[in-house]
Amino acid sequence: MSTSETQFRRMSDLPSTHLLGGGTAMCAGCGGLQALQLIYDVLGEKTVLVNAAGCMTLLSTYPFTPFRGSWLYTAMASAPAGAQGVRDALDVLLAKGRMEAEDDLRVVVLAGDGSSAGMGLSATSAAIDRGLDFLYVCYDNEGYANTGQQPSATTPHGARTATDVGAAGARGWKKDLFALWVANRPTYVASASGAEPLDLARKVEKAARLRGPRLLLVHAPCPTGWGFEPSEMPEIGHLAVATGAWPLKEWERTTNRVVHTKVRRPRLPVEEYLRRQDRFRHLFEPARNETLLAEIQAGIDAYWDAAG
Amino acid sequence: MSRRLVTGNAAAAWGARLARVDYVPAFPITPQTEIIEALSSWIEAGSLDARLVLLESEHSMLTAAGAAAATGVRVFTATSSQGLLHAMEMLFTLPGWRVPFVLVNVSRGLASPLTLEPDHTDVLAARDSGFLQIHCATSQEVLDSVLLAYRWGEDPRVRLPVIVNLDGFHLSFTREPVMIPESEAVDGFLPAFDPGAVRFRASHPVSQAVAVLGGGPYSYFRYETHLAAEGALGAYDEAAAAFAHACARSWPAVDAYRCEDAEVAFFLIGSLATRARDAVDRLREAGMRVGLVRPRLLRPYPAAAIARALQGVAAVAVIDQNLSMGMGGVLHTELASALYGQDGAPRTLASFIGGLGGRSVALEEFREMARVALAAAREGRTPPRRLLYTAQELRELRKLQAIAHDERSSLAGESAS
Repeated sequence: MSTSETQFRRMSDLPSTHLLGGGTAMCAGCGGLQALQLIYDVLGEKTVLVNAAGCMTLLSTYPFTPFRGSWLYTAMASAPAGAQGVRDALDVLLAKGRMEAEDDLRVVVLAGDGSSAGMGLSATSAAIDRGLDFLYVCYDNEGYANTGQQPSATTPHGARTATDVGAAGARGWKKDLFALWVANRPTYVASASGAEPLDLARKVEKAARLRGPRLLLVHAPCPTGWGFEPSEMPEIGHLAVATGAWPLKEWERTTNRVVHTKVRRPRLPVEEYLRRQDRFRHLFEPARNETLLAEIQAGIDAYWDAAG
Repeated sequence: MSRRLVTGNAAAAWGARLARVDYVPAFPITPQTEIIEALSSWIEAGSLDARLVLLESEHSMLTAAGAAAATGVRVFTATSSQGLLHAMEMLFTLPGWRVPFVLVNVSRGLASPLTLEPDHTDVLAARDSGFLQIHCATSQEVLDSVLLAYRWGEDPRVRLPVIVNLDGFHLSFTREPVMIPESEAVDGFLPAFDPGAVRFRASHPVSQAVAVLGGGPYSYFRYETHLAAEGALGAYDEAAAAFAHACARSWPAVDAYRCEDAEVAFFLIGSLATRARDAVDRLREAGMRVGLVRPRLLRPYPAAAIARALQGVAAVAVIDQNLSMGMGGVLHTELASALYGQDGAPRTLASFIGGLGGRSVALEEFREMARVALAAAREGRTPPRRLLYTAQELRELRKLQAIAHDERSSLAGESAS
């Protein structure tokens, strides 16, 4: 992205006060909430958030909400269908002259990885098929964090979860939601992190400017699920990017190219990221699991080798 | 008003068209599909100004329906059987949003075994969802009930979604003469949908369907929905009276036929009631004092109107086209619960399960049910529940099994030689 297209050229361009209210039920140090703060600032309050069951569902708890705009909780599997209903209804009202254009809303799905890469994937894919004009924000905390960090489709290889307590950790490999979206040919797909706010703000800004199906996949370091102190959250986010474990990238249908927006060279060894989290402690204690550590590093290296 | 020969499905589509629905989230399933195809063709031809969107599942379809209604447009959707069950999470979710819209369910038996033919176990699974339920016996009733359902569900005192139910095949695909009301008459009866404060607008932010913490707020909202559903009985009578005035057809909450001097009454819902009605006439000719009570509403349950209709009746033959495994028929259970301890209630409620998966009920069976119920009432007892099945049906099933068995044996013999 060229800087001429963005109002976010330097850190001082980022909003200094937040639109999102405080005092919610989110855990201290929630990386997803950190990202959402900035996302909501850039999107603004003329937004209706259509939520799927997950951690963020507790943001709006009767009779309080941190949002100045609108909110609709749906279910775990069908938030994109809720977005479809709202968008279609707004379009019908506009077309029939029953609503002022100023009353129109940006329709945004807010869902965790459990819904986004699992139960809600069918509804998501179908919304993309239909070319629905919506932004999908997925906060990826790499597990069913709200229920105590059971493995989701995006849990990284080798991570301990509430139901993978053996020496091998979770046996699967993290599902590539970014690639799945790209394969479905939407308008825009981006991955981002609250730890890289300028990069995140530019991507939200671009996504907000475009029409059609758009994904913003944000890294959501989770103190309670991953096992680190809340105050370490920004550092964990930085390490995920610096080790290459969480690539920052975007794809647009018009160019059909994946562009990495921030590349750290040389990459830090992934161990730097892993050793800071309890969910990977079994890779280091009581003895180093060299095989598994090498497997994880090889996975990251292979990704970046292929990325060129 | 024009008279046409239309199927039950087409009648449902006509109801949606005359209600000037804005939005139709859809998903195909037999035997419902004809409804959405009719609406789609009218939208294409310009005779209906609505948007139809095909979703990828009934769960998503109902989510989109609720979300659109919550944004302030008039929504129509339809499904059947397995589709209704696939959407069940949203069926239980949406009444709490207090979003009125109409869902037509074309009843079809549930797997297993898989079937396409009708019974009511599907729609009765939605019994406790908070959706109001209207059950139809004829195509005319389907059309009129869709219109009634909008006015009723959108009533500010009600504000609940409504299921209008018709039987697959027997009604969905059967052409009957139907009076299609004039648009002007319908428009007078059914004004444009006023969503009130429940709508998403930039100038009017709302949080819908939020979580609560604790049993206090949870109970508060559940009770509110229940009280709205319960109070909807009065609102229904008003809507039905207004409809009778506008379109000159009367659809009371409970349809009672020849009950005034009846000793025994059939009690059932849906299109099988048209056969029961015929049976009542034939049995009366044979000297039996028989009547028929058909509740059109099941939610809210019109207990008082049912009790009134059954006043003085000694025995009721409840015919359930559904089966709650290990208990029996849902209509029977609910009727017993509504009548227990009431003065003048019938002595005997006899339970019959029939008409599952499209199985017909013959005149002789109606005669036998009336006889069994009445004999039990005269002896002051309640007969055991009966599952309708004839010796002939069993013989035919055994024959099929024998043929399949022989085929398998002969194939095994060939491969061995």
